[in-house]
Amino acid sequence: MTIVNILFYLFSAVLIGSAIGVITARNPVHAALWLVFSFFNSAVLWMLLEAEFLAIVLVLVYVGAVMVLFLFVVMMLDVNLVQMRQGFTKYAPIGLVVAAIVIAEIGSVVWVKKLGYDSFGDVAPLPAEYSNTKALGQLLYTDYIYPFELAAVILLVAIVAAIILTMRKRAGLKPQDIAAQVAVRAKDRVRIVKMEAEGKES
Amino acid sequence: MSGLIDFWMGLPEQLRYLVVTLLQIVAILLPLIICVALLTLVERKVIGYMQARVGPNRVNLFGIKGLGQPFADVVKLLIKEVVVPARSNQFLFVVAPILALVPAFATWAVIPLWPGFTLADVDAGLLYVLALTSAGVYGIILAGWATNSKYAFLGAMRSAAQIVAYEIAMGFALVGVLMAGGSLNLGDIIESQRGGPGSWLWLWLFPLFIVYFISGVAETNRAPFDVAEGESEIVAGFHVEYSGMAFALFFLAEYANMILVAALTSVFFFGGWLSPFEGYPFMPAILQAPGFHWFALKLSFFLFCFLWFRATFPRYRYDQIMRLGWKVFIPITIVWIVVEGVMVYFKVGPWAV
Repeated sequence: MTIVNILFYLFSAVLIGSAIGVITARNPVHAALWLVFSFFNSAVLWMLLEAEFLAIVLVLVYVGAVMVLFLFVVMMLDVNLVQMRQGFTKYAPIGLVVAAIVIAEIGSVVWVKKLGYDSFGDVAPLPAEYSNTKALGQLLYTDYIYPFELAAVILLVAIVAAIILTMRKRAGLKPQDIAAQVAVRAKDRVRIVKMEAEGKES
Repeated sequence: MSGLIDFWMGLPEQLRYLVVTLLQIVAILLPLIICVALLTLVERKVIGYMQARVGPNRVNLFGIKGLGQPFADVVKLLIKEVVVPARSNQFLFVVAPILALVPAFATWAVIPLWPGFTLADVDAGLLYVLALTSAGVYGIILAGWATNSKYAFLGAMRSAAQIVAYEIAMGFALVGVLMAGGSLNLGDIIESQRGGPGSWLWLWLFPLFIVYFISGVAETNRAPFDVAEGESEIVAGFHVEYSGMAFALFFLAEYANMILVAALTSVFFFGGWLSPFEGYPFMPAILQAPGFHWFALKLSFFLFCFLWFRATFPRYRYDQIMRLGWKVFIPITIVWIVVEGVMVYFKVGPWAV
């Protein structure tokens, strides 16, 4: 058992544990934190596969951006646990079926490996000067440039649509005109009046 | 002595590597923590003189007035009780300061300190920096939430929104840096800036440099972007209920982050350990040689800028911070990345080979 193997089993065990934590935690904030933890662990697994670009991007995008916004929302929501649990028995059969299918799929992959297909064999160690980042960039920006650009455009459309959908315009709003605020000068707000000095009232 | 060497060489190679790396980590972190302590003193002194007063001058060390102040503060905070609020989430309350501190220290692993030395010379160093700085926000959010106080929560929300907003501008500015440097490795980025101050990236990426540094100030929640702990509005923001050493850890994290942003700015835009006199033939060779002292000098200058800003600018209003981040900085960076692309294509500037 090499160190890499020990690390793999350690981090996968923690990953599975924290994934179970995500679905069993009663407090939604705790669930989100378990999810963050499992992202870190799966990043380590990718690191063990020498896919350091993907590993770091996983942390950067999911931990650094997506989950922060997630936590934001979850922390401010007033989640009613009783109401949430009401549907449990109703949805449990469907959930169990989906879980069984997923387990069967994963199991079949593992089983196929047992049968001796070499396509799931150990990853060969890469040469020291191999750069994961460079290789990914090479593929994305040459061979797969059109699908990549297409995905980018679709994402952009989704962003614009999300903004349009959530923009509410109703009567009586008093939005700030920032340009006017920035352009304001002292003479617009303060009026200096020249007047004669007055004597003491006596 | 030779017995000691024999013992050392007899150890397994992986164990030796581990021990050497751990010693290197300690050798980087200890000076860093001392720098943080001194920085708190320098800050109070600098702002003091800027406001025409003396600053700390009671705790003397080595005959220098006020030099012992940070150490006295540390001792004071160490012997104070850490009060955990009654209805708070105790585990997260204790873990949050550690989460804030760890990324600020861990990022130093990839920063090149002098020619040929980086603790972890990884290929994707720049991405690692981005990933870790973005993970630093968890300490603040969790502190605000675990405290179970409206003030702390407001501070955490403000800070998180601010950090998320400015991280995008920061990331885009770094895209410009990696386009110019042609690498994600920080050492290679410094090497690509060889040839005196004219070929450092600040000149060619001036808007990106400005955006990066101001975003760095905002990321660290420093004045004028310190709405997260706006004293006049929400008491002290996310760390309002923290006392003793737990508070000291937040303090440490904030100042370690400041040093980090100053270090990164000098690495990305000012050639890190490169000498500013490089390429001037009339200068003596000792001034032209690159070294840690140049890095330290540049870093200190940017740290001074942090203090200078704090003494100079009034606090931003929250909506103005958001506008600056989303509507000013991000467009600037996008435009300049396009300009840079054109420069690369026509081989203008540092790309003229």
